[in-house]
Amino acid sequence: MPDTPAFPPTPSQTVGPFYGYALPFPGGGDVAPAGHPDAITVHGVVHDGAGAPVPDALLEFWQGGPGTGLPGSMRRSPVNGGFLGRNGVDFTGFGRVATDADGHYALRTLPPRTPAPLPYLSVCVFARGLMHHLYTRVYLADGEDALLGSLEPARRATLVAAPEENPARHRAYRFDIRLQGEGETVFLEFH
Amino acid sequence: MTTQREITAEMGAARGAYEKRLADGGGVEHHPSRAYAPYRSSVLRHPHRPLVAVEGDPEAVELSGPVFGATDVTALDCDLTRQHTGEPLGERITVSGRLLDGRGRPVRRQLIEVWQANASGRYAHQRDDHPAPLDPNFTGVGRVLTGDDGGYAFTTVKPGAYPWRNHDNAWRPAHIHFSVFGEAFTQRLVTQMYFPGDPLFPYDPILQSVTDERARQRLVAVYDHELSAPEFSLGYRWDIVLDGPSATWIEEGR
Ligand SMILES: [Fe+3]
Repeated sequence: MPDTPAFPPTPSQTVGPFYGYALPFPGGGDVAPAGHPDAITVHGVVHDGAGAPVPDALLEFWQGGPGTGLPGSMRRSPVNGGFLGRNGVDFTGFGRVATDADGHYALRTLPPRTPAPLPYLSVCVFARGLMHHLYTRVYLADGEDALLGSLEPARRATLVAAPEENPARHRAYRFDIRLQGEGETVFLEFH
Repeated sequence: MTTQREITAEMGAARGAYEKRLADGGGVEHHPSRAYAPYRSSVLRHPHRPLVAVEGDPEAVELSGPVFGATDVTALDCDLTRQHTGEPLGERITVSGRLLDGRGRPVRRQLIEVWQANASGRYAHQRDDHPAPLDPNFTGVGRVLTGDDGGYAFTTVKPGAYPWRNHDNAWRPAHIHFSVFGEAFTQRLVTQMYFPGDPLFPYDPILQSVTDERARQRLVAVYDHELSAPEFSLGYRWDIVLDGPSATWIEEGR
């Protein structure tokens, strides 16, 4: 049983509607080094409880593993303070993407490599109306995994991205997020 | 449109329900409920199913987190008053404090991002169209990396209160938005800092979504005269404590 923290936490508050000029940065969804042959695209739509797209969600992606955990996701110019973009070589493992007016997001990254045997991308969801962010995971395939194994099939399926069959969408995976109701995505808490 | 009186009654009922849960032996709720109806946008945007607990998995990717460094911030990012050619209008302030974990240990070299409205209560965001002036010398975005003692500091102007459309005559108390990274992705925090003594506190469903009185107080900075700089700025202190496990906690056998 975890002890009560001696220092109680600062409460969460919603990201609100006006983060758009502050948090997203150019190339935030382009995590894979430029031109990397193994790059994949994970994309989808965030839906609310009425099935409507959420046009003001902010998604953060994190993947651990060898070679990740480098700075440089949001490199800035010391000359004019603007964004320089990633250095094009290193893989930082961190992505940040806002949904567009259709509630759609896209992340271009490398396939996750940890943990074995079934790697995944960790996702943190923020939005206006969401008092406290939500965590979920993107698995690129179903398989042997403690979390997936603990879920009933319909719930389990919400965490597994579907490879796109359309050849025009080469190496793309579909992962929709449903905040509430029918087909609600499995959201996680950590202890 | 819903009246403030109705929203105030709903907020009171939510506080009453929380106090009953406490009296019945429930734990302190440090964070707002995601289903906080007085904030109308939450109604369709919170899961109905309980969260699925991930416990004691030392391999969980979420126990590590993204890293930011000297490349990701510039020296002027922590001074929101020096991002344009002229001085912004408003009351110049400095906000400083420490970033700590649940045991009070400094969280070092982590990224804090802030954004806020200008002194008139207007965001530099196209969708904020309320009739208060934009300030050509103020964008309202800043970043900083915490120091070895977990310390951070921003120089900015005090943001104004602003109206919103949650209900009739809804006004947000002045606040600065904070986005904070810890050592683990599980420690991620997005929150808002408020200013002491703001008369709008009891009317605001976003602040009141934190139904625990002491937790709510932790969102309010303290005016600290020692931090005020003579003939320059007024000083506010605000410490931030991150929740959630990190890999270090696992190593220590929690
Ligand atoms: Fe705001």
